Amino acid sequence: MRFLFKTHYNQDIDHLKHGGDRFWYGLLLLLVVAAPAALDTFYLGELNLVMIYAIAGVGLMLLVGYTGQVCMGHAAFLAIGAYTHSLLLGAGVPFLLSMIAAVLVSALVGAGVGWIALRMTGLYLVIATLAFAMLTEQTISRAEWLTGGFRGLSVPQASLFGLPLTEVWQRYYLTLVLLVVVLIAALNILRSSTGRAMVAIRDSEISAESVGINVAVYKTLAFALSAGITGLAGALFAHRLGYLSPDAFTFLISLQLLLMVVVGGVGSMRGVIYGALFIGFLPQLLAIARDTLPRQIAQAPGLEPGIFGLILVLVILFEPQGIFGRWLKIKSYFQLFPLYRRATHKRQKTYMRTERLR
Amino acid sequence: MRALSAGSCFAEASQPRRDRSRRGLARSDPLDASEPGGRRRLYSARSKTSIDILGTRTAGREPVEGIALSQLLQVLINGLAVGCIYGLIALGFVLVYKATEMVNFAQGDLMMLGAFFGVTLIGDFGLPWLLGLLLAVLSLAVFGYLLDAFVLRRVLGEPQFAIVMLTIGLGFVFRAVAGLVWGYDPQSFPTPYTGKTLRMGEVVVSYENLTILLGTFFLCLVLFLFFRHTRLGIGMQATSQNQLAAYYVGIPVKRVFSLVWAISAGVAAVAGILLAPVSLVQPGMGFIGIKAFAAAVIGGFGSIPGALLGGWIIGISEQVAGVYLPAGFQEMTAYGILIIALVLRPEGLFAQVQRKKV
Repeated sequence: MRFLFKTHYNQDIDHLKHGGDRFWYGLLLLLVVAAPAALDTFYLGELNLVMIYAIAGVGLMLLVGYTGQVCMGHAAFLAIGAYTHSLLLGAGVPFLLSMIAAVLVSALVGAGVGWIALRMTGLYLVIATLAFAMLTEQTISRAEWLTGGFRGLSVPQASLFGLPLTEVWQRYYLTLVLLVVVLIAALNILRSSTGRAMVAIRDSEISAESVGINVAVYKTLAFALSAGITGLAGALFAHRLGYLSPDAFTFLISLQLLLMVVVGGVGSMRGVIYGALFIGFLPQLLAIARDTLPRQIAQAPGLEPGIFGLILVLVILFEPQGIFGRWLKIKSYFQLFPLYRRATHKRQKTYMRTERLR
Repeated sequence: MRALSAGSCFAEASQPRRDRSRRGLARSDPLDASEPGGRRRLYSARSKTSIDILGTRTAGREPVEGIALSQLLQVLINGLAVGCIYGLIALGFVLVYKATEMVNFAQGDLMMLGAFFGVTLIGDFGLPWLLGLLLAVLSLAVFGYLLDAFVLRRVLGEPQFAIVMLTIGLGFVFRAVAGLVWGYDPQSFPTPYTGKTLRMGEVVVSYENLTILLGTFFLCLVLFLFFRHTRLGIGMQATSQNQLAAYYVGIPVKRVFSLVWAISAGVAAVAGILLAPVSLVQPGMGFIGIKAFAAAVIGGFGSIPGALLGGWIIGISEQVAGVYLPAGFQEMTAYGILIIALVLRPEGLFAQVQRKKV
């Protein structure tokens, strides 16, 4: 067990609580900075993708994990970010400026969706966001004069301050910097009054309202923030893809993002990273596993989504807190070593709570 | 024109997305060759062109109106048939939601399983159509019962979000398993009535559509009588109204939940088998479940007649949009209507959500 002796109020809101945290996060940062030297291009590219997923996941986590608004249409924001970025780049707008514009456009659309979604709760919100994503996908595939429809839109080469970003490691560092910035920003938002208002809305909308939180404003804000961050991920995703078409932003991508949040652990930013690693590397693991499986099963085209679905089912049945929750349990096992009891983390028996009354 | 036949619409909905859009406007449905609706198609083609030609050259003449009217009637009937399928899937959603407050995102995939059961029993084993239908419905009902007893009961009382994700995961698993067992090639579904049509003046109704209409009517009648006049049905109504009170008066709530799932799966099987002749049977056909959501939401997610009504609204407006609006609107209609309905009435048209008093 570790006992923290607090000597200053700021220690309460520190991101890194003690020396151990600082050491391990420092080591992690060193490792990811040094990664390009050790990894080959393929794995570096995959790591880049994982970090892009993580950025989008941070956006979704703000909304789902901290504001309690389940959105099943985040692929739409990813798409809006990606298309805005590449269209503006194509029109000759500088890289950074077009990226900012992509964030702003997604955030604006997100605010609009959030504003419309204000009156909806629970199930209806899920379905409405799903419909929004479907409409966006259809619009992108139909608006051929703008997006090229299914013919696709090639993403112009990125260049930062006149330096072309062609190598994988350059994009890797760009994504890394943005991920760190987004993570710190999100954590800072969460410990500010805005974040606390969001958490209050998640826990009970009525209580939040009665302590004077303007639920409408904060819900819309949460949607806008979430969409903006996802739009940023979309802009990076565009460079990763190199060629945009509506196929890349289907319902399945929205699901994958949600899966990431659930598997990682709803309500924790570390969970996003775990989830992103999981989503990013599961296909590689499956590819390796294919060699050992019998041919009949290994060659089936639908194997990957099936496995995704199976994992989702198992996680929700047996570990609703996700990877992060499992990690907490393992940690407390070792911290309390001889004294750990299973019942410490036993899930409380829950009863069906009607949603017809809210 | 192609949209005039309900069959082609469904085949399209279940096509792989990429394929569907790449083919552009000059697409030809795989149904054309096998389906004797060719005559129907020919007819509708003629009627539309005749409007185009006559409408411009000799406007105001009587025959023009006659043909326009019959075309409209044709569209309405096709829409009604499509809407019945949406309605039946929506009915499955509603039954489960009303009783257990779970939203079953795997309903479309249950329908897919039902269609495959039907293909296997009727097509491969050569059972008579009605017997095969009954067996398929029965086996899927047993499957639904077991699904609830072993998987879904464990998450009762968890947040809605977890349940939604769980059923989505289950849907993926079903799809993968169906792909493994039956393969991904679309299969046609032979029926005794394939290819026969009923002519009523200018309007042509294929027997496939007629079966859908009659089957839906019959099923609804059975369900109505069951819920109104049997002990079990009344017990189910009681459970859906107040779970705790139902316990108190001695209704076996757990078994009722499982039975509701069984009924819902059985309804899905009926929908699948009715849909199979006009569509093609393949693992991806469950995706029309998303449109059925729109139907359920418009119907209020808690009302059984509402679900059918919602299905008809979606089905008819989709067919009308396919004929009278530019290409691309047909796919968007369901989602558009859904969003408009949710914006205007966030709790569905027949709401049963009440505000909690604090």
